[in-house]
Amino acid sequence: MSHTDYGETEAVFTPRPDLPPPASTVGLVGWVRSNLVPDWFNGAMTVLAIIALFMVIPPIINWTLLDAHFVGDSRKACKPNVQIIRDKVTTQGTMPDGSTIEVQATADRIVIPEGVTPNVRWERKMVEGVVRAKGREYAKVVVEKDVVIEGACWVFVGIRFDQFIYGFYPREERWRPTAVIGIGLLMIIYALTDGLPHRGRVAMFLLIPFPVIAFFMFSGGVFGMPHVDNAKWGGLVLTIIISSVAITGALPIGISLALGRRSQMPIIRWFCVLVIEFFRSVPMITILFMALVVLPLFLPAGTSFDQLLRVLIGVTLFVAAYTAEVVRGGLQALPKGQYEAANALGLGYWKMMRLIILPQALRIMIPAIVSLFIGIFKDTTLVQIVGLNDLLTMVQLAVTDAQWIGLSKEGYFFCGFVFFIFCFSMSRYSMYLERKLHTGH
Amino acid sequence: MAGAVVFFFAWLTVNTIDNLEKRGIASGFEFLNHPAGFGVPFSLIEYTEASPYRTVFILGVLNTLFVSAVGIVLATLLGFTLGVMRLSKNFLISRIAAVYLETFRNIPLLLQILFWYIGVLQLMPQQRSSIIFFENVFINNRGIFYPAMQAESGFMAVPIAFVIGILATIVLAKWVKRRREKTGQGFPTIWAGLGLIFGLPILAALVTGLPWTWSLPRLQGFGFKGGSVIIPEFLALLLALTIYTAAFIGEIVRAGIQAVSHGQTEAAHALGIKPSTTLRLVIIPQAMRIIIPPLISQYLNLVKNSSLAPAIGYPEMTQVWAGTVLNQSGQALECMAMVMGTYCLISLSISGVMNWYNSRVALVGR
Repeated sequence: MSHTDYGETEAVFTPRPDLPPPASTVGLVGWVRSNLVPDWFNGAMTVLAIIALFMVIPPIINWTLLDAHFVGDSRKACKPNVQIIRDKVTTQGTMPDGSTIEVQATADRIVIPEGVTPNVRWERKMVEGVVRAKGREYAKVVVEKDVVIEGACWVFVGIRFDQFIYGFYPREERWRPTAVIGIGLLMIIYALTDGLPHRGRVAMFLLIPFPVIAFFMFSGGVFGMPHVDNAKWGGLVLTIIISSVAITGALPIGISLALGRRSQMPIIRWFCVLVIEFFRSVPMITILFMALVVLPLFLPAGTSFDQLLRVLIGVTLFVAAYTAEVVRGGLQALPKGQYEAANALGLGYWKMMRLIILPQALRIMIPAIVSLFIGIFKDTTLVQIVGLNDLLTMVQLAVTDAQWIGLSKEGYFFCGFVFFIFCFSMSRYSMYLERKLHTGH
Repeated sequence: MAGAVVFFFAWLTVNTIDNLEKRGIASGFEFLNHPAGFGVPFSLIEYTEASPYRTVFILGVLNTLFVSAVGIVLATLLGFTLGVMRLSKNFLISRIAAVYLETFRNIPLLLQILFWYIGVLQLMPQQRSSIIFFENVFINNRGIFYPAMQAESGFMAVPIAFVIGILATIVLAKWVKRRREKTGQGFPTIWAGLGLIFGLPILAALVTGLPWTWSLPRLQGFGFKGGSVIIPEFLALLLALTIYTAAFIGEIVRAGIQAVSHGQTEAAHALGIKPSTTLRLVIIPQAMRIIIPPLISQYLNLVKNSSLAPAIGYPEMTQVWAGTVLNQSGQALECMAMVMGTYCLISLSISGVMNWYNSRVALVGR
């Protein structure tokens, strides 16, 4: 063997296989050790967290799913489940004179045979009763209470669902908003997906001709579609209309304001600063009040002005001020070399902006614009204060309906859920974009 | 161009004057002296129905500032806790914080306000069957009734002692800093400071013989007499503002702490500084520089968001002034100008504070 040939001093190094990692650092045990109980403090926190979760999660699941009512067509379908545990109890006791009495008890009443026990007193503490005479206990009854298990009444949401989504839009015309919003959504997804041809053109189509088409689809009166007055627009559709119009209108205004803020001309610069800072420093609700009560004062007497249009103008201006700040951030993020290179190539201001600066700045700004849109989408709920029927208002109208009184939790839960789905998915998208942009440099 | 702008504004002015004349509204601020003639459920100042409109305005501004101030303090505490929890190595704690942040950030504030008001606080028991804590605190659908402290003579010693405590702590902190720079000796400033700030008033209270009496809330007839009450409108607004804003603050705190480069922690550990000191002296000061500006804009948002009160009727500036008074007096222009002006003023002062802070902590260019 070679081993003996070379002698003891020249032993060949034969690596032994690695030892497996200690059992306590891998697998489930390792995960639990490093993530749940790395030290005593965290261990205690874990225990507290588990207790808290046990207190919060089962009731929520019971209410929303297990005890909830899903099928039916009226309030009656949502009768709470009542569990009656030992409704009536009959018990026997022996009196001091040796006679036997029989005591019957229900949750709120006890029946003792008349004439047998003159000195008996009935004490009731919650659901326990004791028959006493002269201090001694003769019969004890425990009547357990009715337990009412309340579950969510999703029947209510199901019946009102169409109204929550479409407001008072006529039933047979509802395909119109559905089509517009569906096509719009598809186009947005197309324009935002990488690597598809003509994305820019789709985006331009979305920004300029599409709103006009959408308006005629909603309002009707052309191509044989019956006219639907905008007082009837409502629900989630109205929420989407207001927020989309606001962001589409706010983009050009916001870009102009941001460029104006960087202008060399002091009057323009100061005007833009004033507008931006004014709208950013007042709450949106005051803008809505302005649109409602002050705007009519500025216009010639007798001009009647559509309520929805007034709100849209107010919200758009409000959002434009925030957009301007986002655009300013995007413009500032571009290196100065881009401006200088564009100037060196002999491009004028407008060409430089259109061909070099804005395309790059807008791309950086997309995450911020998505966040802004989430904000507007949530803020749209404020239009209920000026009397428009957005999703939240429809929910409120429904929960104050005498037929469905007391179901506000279901309504608010549903409304919150819808908003959550929209806002959460948008915020995930914005985070994804941010990560994608971040790795670029 | 300029001519067109001037013409446009002139056109607006002419229209406005014409409209006001037609409606028979006298413009100007004369109406501020007229009696208001309506009651409000919550006021920090002396107010009766006979008080003039200007008192209503002050009342509204104070109520706005009050709910905002309490909200800012609570939202900051909750938000920082959540931000730290989100970064915890403990999987459960971090997940719980994440679920909280995502849920409450993505649900409209107005919905949250309505939920707390209609879905929770109005479903509290009637006054007769209040939930009772410690025999003297009553919770029902009219709010939380709790014992009120009524000052007697000599009570002023307590707040004075409190102020002295704060001043003494500042002096102490300066002395400790000087000494540490000279000799390197430490001093438990935080405990000593807490002792001064809370110990001195307690001592003052004991020395002056507890100069107050308690007014206890008791059910009499149809309502509670005595004590103080936190009305449900205030509570709902405060809860919603706190919970909503805390979610944003939590995100800001998380991002701020994560933005401090990992090398800082490693360098501190390499120098042999223990983890708690690293956090306090290395990470937090650097994170604060990133956290403070967005934090202050969240404070600003909270103040502006308090204007959602009209939905539930908490009498703050927008509700009483742009709502009730505007409708009663018809002075739309004046009322809106005052409300918006006040919000602008608040916003400008808060951003002023932010700019001042930024210029103080900004990294000096090297």
